[in-house]
Amino acid sequence: MTDFALQCPAPALDAAGLIVLGHGSGGRLSHELLRQVFLPAFQNEELSRLEDSARVSVSRGEIALTTDAFVVSPVEFPGGDIGKLAVCGTVNDLAVSGATPLFLTASFVLEEGLSIALLSRIVASMQRCCLEACVKLVAGDTKVVERGKADQVFITTSGVGVFAEGKRLSIRDARPGDCILISGSVGDHGVAILSKREHLEFTTDLESDCAPLVELCRMLRETQGLRCMRDPTRGGLATALHEIAQASGVGILLEAAAVPVKPAVRGACELFGFDPLYMANEGKVLSIIAESEAEHAVRRLREHPLGRDAAIIGRVSEEHPGIVRARSASGYCQELRLLASDLLPRIC
Amino acid sequence: MKYVDDYRDSKLIASLLRRLRDLASRRWTLMEVCGGQTQSIVRYGLDELVSEQIELLHGPGCPVCVTPLHLLDAACELASDPNVLLCSFGDMLRVPGSSSNLAALKSAGAGIRVIYSPLDAVALAERFPTRQVVLFAIGFETTAPANATALLLAHQRKLTNFSLLSSMVLVPPAVAAIFDAPHNRVQALLGPGHVCSVVGSGDYERLSARYQVPIVITGFEPVDLLEGMLRSVALLETAQASVDIQYVRAVKAEGNPEARRAVERAFEVCDRTWRGIGVIPASGLRPAPAFAEFDAEKRFQLRVLQGAENPACISGQILTGAKKPTECPAFGAPCTPEQPLGATMVSQEGACAAYYHNQRKRSHAALVANRSGSRVSPLTSAPETAPRPAAPSSKERSL
Repeated sequence: MTDFALQCPAPALDAAGLIVLGHGSGGRLSHELLRQVFLPAFQNEELSRLEDSARVSVSRGEIALTTDAFVVSPVEFPGGDIGKLAVCGTVNDLAVSGATPLFLTASFVLEEGLSIALLSRIVASMQRCCLEACVKLVAGDTKVVERGKADQVFITTSGVGVFAEGKRLSIRDARPGDCILISGSVGDHGVAILSKREHLEFTTDLESDCAPLVELCRMLRETQGLRCMRDPTRGGLATALHEIAQASGVGILLEAAAVPVKPAVRGACELFGFDPLYMANEGKVLSIIAESEAEHAVRRLREHPLGRDAAIIGRVSEEHPGIVRARSASGYCQELRLLASDLLPRIC
Repeated sequence: MKYVDDYRDSKLIASLLRRLRDLASRRWTLMEVCGGQTQSIVRYGLDELVSEQIELLHGPGCPVCVTPLHLLDAACELASDPNVLLCSFGDMLRVPGSSSNLAALKSAGAGIRVIYSPLDAVALAERFPTRQVVLFAIGFETTAPANATALLLAHQRKLTNFSLLSSMVLVPPAVAAIFDAPHNRVQALLGPGHVCSVVGSGDYERLSARYQVPIVITGFEPVDLLEGMLRSVALLETAQASVDIQYVRAVKAEGNPEARRAVERAFEVCDRTWRGIGVIPASGLRPAPAFAEFDAEKRFQLRVLQGAENPACISGQILTGAKKPTECPAFGAPCTPEQPLGATMVSQEGACAAYYHNQRKRSHAALVANRSGSRVSPLTSAPETAPRPAAPSSKERSL
């Protein structure tokens, strides 16, 4: 008999720099991923304790709490990536509620075979965005699913914010005569994603507007006569206004020509049969403000780089309660209804 | 934006409306052919703005709406075959078939891809050589050249896994059928701008001469449409039955010879069933005999089943201009874009969907009819009869 040695090479689990199922096992590979990718990026005391839950301090009173899942495709797009989107989305939901965002948590569903370099880029982008928005990411979780059971990476973020003393904002508070303000051009995010979709790719310099709105919302909160704020994400401006009209029981009349839309967005929408008023935004704040304060609010917003193109785009009215209309070039007022289905799936 | 802003200019719109008011000595009845024109008319409220001078009837020019039920059912059957990848334009997905629709089948796991160009289907056939890729080729003369290019490319590349399920239709025979109908009220036609950019104006010269109806080949923006109406009224007021091209920036009398050649090579004219209307002779296109192998109906030996329409849907009367969407008893309830009873409520270019999205209300007559549950056939209904020039019934067709 021939002697032979039983040699079992160490499994090359992440040899190619790819996520493997073991990274979600809770064992050695999970720890390596945590120490090599997540902790160095987010480095903060709360996260580094690695307890089952983070312990944080907030002021007395009410807190704002929100959560959002992100499944955008492609995960990297002009002007951002799924990580930036996951931070901005949750931070902005807190900010438009009138809260100051403080802490975030993030859970990642990773697809087996995801490049660790890509994951690191996404995580670095999250951290940059956390710094910009002055929030800390204090807890997280990672799961890995077999190849084909997810699409690269899905991220869910939750956020906590605190309310300053004073008036609570509500989408029920729009009143006839109020002005409608938008902080800049609409549809940038939707069209930037569209331009990178398989089979649809077209060349454009357009970037997603994905950005934290903490500063803009703070400026608006300081405005007398602010009724409410919204970030018009999925479903765009028309859908956000629809929600306000319904909640407040008022009519809304948009002046279509006053809504800022970039030429690239208009062009792409003409080509694909979309309406910019329904295209997603990830860095715009929509606000309803008393008429007497609206001009002042626009001037203030324009002082901020994210609010340069701020404009008054319409009015709240007593007529047609619950309905949003847009006045077109012919003077005819078209109703903007809720969409029957997605314009574009997996936009955020 | 060039070529768009100029044609949505509010001052120009107001001036055209004034000129129309000055010109019209009576109220005329016009039909716009294209779904894209209907969409724009309703969106800008042009039908209401001109309502004292013009009654606008909406024509059959929405390709999704007229795709016959049996072909939609065939598409559903093909898509349910795990060996098949069915490629369709997105608008087609939610159109109700006899028992299901493509969107529901897609959610349940059927191989259905939404494409923006027929050439995408050829690319998919190359990428998945073991699957049969079927292009659900719908559309008018505007889409036919792209479908033809896809077929010719597949032929050139010797693809054996590519075929077309053809529901392509031609405008002139449908217009002739509307003019031939006993209750026809159309006095002038806003001709289909994009169709004519491909086929030219020849067919419309013949239609105009035969039926003594003025035809103005018109674009799709509000200024285009108002100009088209103004020119139509000018022709009607001076009793001229001729063809005028308003959409000169896109339409030449001879059309696009290269596109026409591709269509003439790849396809042949055939009879076609129009959903809600019925069979119109020589009104469709299918792969030419030389390319019969690319005809999905032949390749898969599809049985022609007679599908069941929802009895409450009057889309046939909508598509022939016999009724307005708001005259339908089902309009808005129960028929909505979310729960459509017929195709005209699904497609963006469908008259019912255009009316619904612009909050047009159901008329009183329809509310009454809703209670009595009446139903009439599209080309023989409508008691109102307008004087109509005699028309020869010969069938002539050219692309």
